[in-house]
Amino acid sequence: MSTTTLTQSGAKLDLQRTRKPGSSPFSPLRIAAFIVLLLLAVGWLLPFLWAVATAFKTENDAASTNPSWIGEHGVTIDAFTSILSQGNVWIWALNSLWTSVAVTLITLAISALAAYVFARLEFPGRRLLYYAVLASIVVPPQVLIIPLFYEMLAFNLVDTHMGLILPQVVAPTMVFILTRFFKAIPIELEEAARIDGASRLRIFWSIVLPLSRPILASVAIFVFIGAWNNFLWPFLVINDTTLMTLPVGLQTVISAYGVQYAQVMAQAVLASVPLIVVFLIFQKQIVKGIATTGLGGQ
Amino acid sequence: MSATTAPIRVSTGGLQKGERLISWAMLTPFLIAFVLFLVWPILHGFYLSFTDQSLTGAGGDWVGIANYLEALTDPVMWGSMGNTLWFTLLSTVPLVIVALVMAVLVDRGLPGQWLWRLSFFTPYLLASTVISQIWVWIFNPQIGAANALLAKFGIAPIAWLQNPDTNMIAIVIATVWWTVGFNFLLYLAALQNIPAQQYEAAAIDGAGGWRQFWSITLPQLGPITALIVMLQILASLKLFDQAYQMLGGVSSDTTRSIIQYIYETGFVGYRFGYSAAISYVFFALIIIVGLIQALVTRRKGQ
Repeated sequence: MSTTTLTQSGAKLDLQRTRKPGSSPFSPLRIAAFIVLLLLAVGWLLPFLWAVATAFKTENDAASTNPSWIGEHGVTIDAFTSILSQGNVWIWALNSLWTSVAVTLITLAISALAAYVFARLEFPGRRLLYYAVLASIVVPPQVLIIPLFYEMLAFNLVDTHMGLILPQVVAPTMVFILTRFFKAIPIELEEAARIDGASRLRIFWSIVLPLSRPILASVAIFVFIGAWNNFLWPFLVINDTTLMTLPVGLQTVISAYGVQYAQVMAQAVLASVPLIVVFLIFQKQIVKGIATTGLGGQ
Repeated sequence: MSATTAPIRVSTGGLQKGERLISWAMLTPFLIAFVLFLVWPILHGFYLSFTDQSLTGAGGDWVGIANYLEALTDPVMWGSMGNTLWFTLLSTVPLVIVALVMAVLVDRGLPGQWLWRLSFFTPYLLASTVISQIWVWIFNPQIGAANALLAKFGIAPIAWLQNPDTNMIAIVIATVWWTVGFNFLLYLAALQNIPAQQYEAAAIDGAGGWRQFWSITLPQLGPITALIVMLQILASLKLFDQAYQMLGGVSSDTTRSIIQYIYETGFVGYRFGYSAAISYVFFALIIIVGLIQALVTRRKGQ
């Protein structure tokens, strides 16, 4: 299990702990905390649940001036079938999926390689380069949309998936996080392999990467969420309806639908399902990853 | 292998050459992307900001600092800048405090941890389009849940997004709901890193729940709070998606963010050069905010 790898790298996080020591299981404070938490959690889920409930209403019920959880005309999946029968939604979902996976894989590969060099290898100019990458964290990607668009025009990449994917693969923050993690791996593990004559790439591939699985997973998840939900760049670079991603495609049809709230909400729910599934599967990894990145540490 | 190998750290010329080669080989893919999609756009955008380049390819003549002079006297630019700062102020405070409250409550070790995590983090997973659709509909003056809720307290309906006095508030509410989950997870991870022995020792000394919270938990959260505040300010300054979408792409003087203005001058008004100049004014603002932030945290640290 991943717990062992985490322990090896010296950063163990106890997620199994059920309560803070020193507090009794049924103290008034704990019960009060539980009630507040319950209210907060329900309140936080409410808007989303409300959207889900509306997606299962008829259009008339969804636009009712006297809103209720279940419409007068009962529960229906009309809104879903009507959207899914429109073809484009499936194309957009596939576009989103493959471009997000591509962004994630490329980002992970090039960032991990670079981070290993910054963490372990010495050559003139390494420090300077690393600080340049660090400094670029403050550059808001939105500031670059004009020159990037210009560049894509020059490369003939406007309205292509390449033009959508490539500018998203530079992630200085991820390089920083991975560098910090690689530095924390005990160097002895690698020295032993070097004595055995292993090459740098071999060490990277068969020692460093396996030890870094949890951090690679959480970096991958955050890059994936970011790419899946990215709006501005895909919105600018893609005009062809069949090449759009889900968020951009949905935005273009909202005005076309006018006030068809059930359909709009059904779309919203459909677009969210993949990410919620990803989170449900990896949620422990995500919290652990944040902790081990040092983002959560002291 | 023989254990008597000479110390491998001794660098012979050949070995170092190999290392250097492999270093550059491993760095190259990232460096190419870094230069092509970050360094070059920064430099080229800076150049464009001194020209009258248009989106259609026309123009491109050097105009010196004319764009910057125009930006500095452009009321819409200052209005957008003001909106962006106002949004940053309004959103950062609740986004830090609510996240802290959530994390502290969850960290108390209450049963059902996965459920709390799911409740608070789910909105962060949703695309801005989805968020905007949900909240436009909640804020609908006639059929929206927000006014239905207010009606229960006898408060008259509000035209949330249509009214220039309330539309920014509506955007802030939607944003806090949307993004607080990330800060919550950062806080939660930090809380779970506080050694349990500290609490044990405090409990032995007779410190109760509140005392432990004030004397152990809060001080330990200092560094992560500084980090979260900084990340949050930088994130809030980048306001665009939800404000643009919740108003249906219509430009409102009270919600137009600086990024929306960059988009409008460049891609609607076709003035790439001017748009690039505003980008750099915005970038300057980010750097100033970053410096202020750095100064404040350094002073606190001393």
